[in-house]
Amino acid sequence: MAPVITESTVDKLAHLARLSFEGESKQKIIKDLNNILGFVEKLNELDTEGVPALTHISSEINNLREDKVIQNITREDALKNAPKKDSFYFRVPKVIGE
Amino acid sequence: MTHYLSISEIQKDLREKRITCVELVNYFLTRIKELKHLNAFLDVYEEEAISHAKKSDEKIKNGQMGRLTGLVMGLKDVICYKNHPVQASSKILNGFHSIYNATAVERLLNEDVNIIGRLNCDEFAMGASNENSAFGHVHNFVDETRVSGGSSGGSAVAVQANLCHAALGSDTGGSVRQPASFCGIVGLKPTYSRISRYGLIAYASSFDIIGTLTKSVEDAALLLEIMAGKDEYDSTVSSSEVQQYSKEILPAKKYKIAYIKDYLENPAINFSIRRETENFISLLKDRKHTIEGVDFPFLDYMVPTYYLLTTAEASANLARYDGLRYGQRAEGIHELENLYKKSRTEGFGEEVKRRIMLGTFVLSEGFQDAYFTKAQKVRRVIKDKTMEILADYDFILTPTTPSTAFKLGEHTQDPVQMYLQDIFTVQASLAGIPAVSFPFGKDDDNLPIGLQLMGREFCEGDLLNLVNQFVNCP
Repeated sequence: MAPVITESTVDKLAHLARLSFEGESKQKIIKDLNNILGFVEKLNELDTEGVPALTHISSEINNLREDKVIQNITREDALKNAPKKDSFYFRVPKVIGE
Repeated sequence: MTHYLSISEIQKDLREKRITCVELVNYFLTRIKELKHLNAFLDVYEEEAISHAKKSDEKIKNGQMGRLTGLVMGLKDVICYKNHPVQASSKILNGFHSIYNATAVERLLNEDVNIIGRLNCDEFAMGASNENSAFGHVHNFVDETRVSGGSSGGSAVAVQANLCHAALGSDTGGSVRQPASFCGIVGLKPTYSRISRYGLIAYASSFDIIGTLTKSVEDAALLLEIMAGKDEYDSTVSSSEVQQYSKEILPAKKYKIAYIKDYLENPAINFSIRRETENFISLLKDRKHTIEGVDFPFLDYMVPTYYLLTTAEASANLARYDGLRYGQRAEGIHELENLYKKSRTEGFGEEVKRRIMLGTFVLSEGFQDAYFTKAQKVRRVIKDKTMEILADYDFILTPTTPSTAFKLGEHTQDPVQMYLQDIFTVQASLAGIPAVSFPFGKDDDNLPIGLQLMGREFCEGDLLNLVNQFVNCP
């Protein structure tokens, strides 16, 4: 049986994903997640005992390169898209306690 | 203006002075304006395209043509082009301009490609109808009440409606092949790792690959040849030798092909698509290829496996959009955690949030083994069983999609129904193998049908050789 997604599961997941769902959108996501989890339940029909998980698709192994410093993005460029910046830095709300 | 099918036809006319690059660009710019309501382009770089064409015309005069001189191309809005906007059709990247070129783009530019604009797509490439874009849906040029397919919907329609000659897309579970099929053009998803992913906005990193939407197989071969190969900026890109695909497609060779019997018997598949698949099977026999039916009882497991793995990868990849360093930041929030939450909640669309939530769930404590690891195991089973068929056959033939282009709004209410659009395309994505969709026949509403061929890793030369024997785009 697929686990049932409840309001409290959605609250917990939303916090982990740094999203928020309220009112109608919360009811909708609960319904959709339950629907999708019911659909993927199908996989349990397949016996995968002893099958190793497939974790890498590329056949490249330890593709190493020389550890050289290359300046390919300037600080100016890196800050170009920042919504708020201050000379050399990204500006964010205060993170240290009062 | 002649309706050019290939870059080589364009270059022949350029060399023989029957046309200039400026004339070509002006032709496309006019078409883009006339057909603006299709909503394929998000931005058109008009002045740049004209000035590029002028320089290209000079190069032709001086006998310095690049391999892509005269090619006017569009980029899906997930591919970085330096000093140009790119935002994955998402509000969360409003105002973002790329500070570097994707490796694929860099290599095309080195051959003098002329990039005319960026193309609409499903937000973060998540969708099968281009209805998940923050910029609205794209209309299919054959029937404007129907979807373009997705997620590379703008790329497919731009080529279908001749708004540019070719386009780049990206394919994670069918996002190049399915819209190509809905629009009657050629869509190539190369082997995973064949083209560098540097500068491709990440959705699911163990699946994502840049692909091409073209009117001819010849163009797909040439573009792949130019873009493929080793790159310092992507440690997963394959170091295996890049074939000269544009030469590999000729002369025509004979192949051994399998079709999967259960797929054709599947009740979800549209009658005309079954008929055209059967017609193609007969045609292969007539042309002295070997074609045989095989069993592959895993169809129902593919889409669930695909969604568990890609949403997990997406939830990690999309964690970077926090509103701090780039993109859209929520206004008036003075506390960091709420700033993340508000920026992300406002910036992402519904489908993207749904996938992040599902991905977060499958990776969460207590559920990871039952969902994520289980899906990785099934992925191995599907890959191994697919490779078993490809040990005996050169290619596997399937339809690209279970239906032809559906009506706008037809599947937007039920995510699972939309996910089943990918039923035939995710197999190649799960296995990491190359696949191509090509137009073959029409249904009773005159909508294009696409068939798909998949092959072994890095067999693009042979794959395109076979398809080239049958493709004649209108």
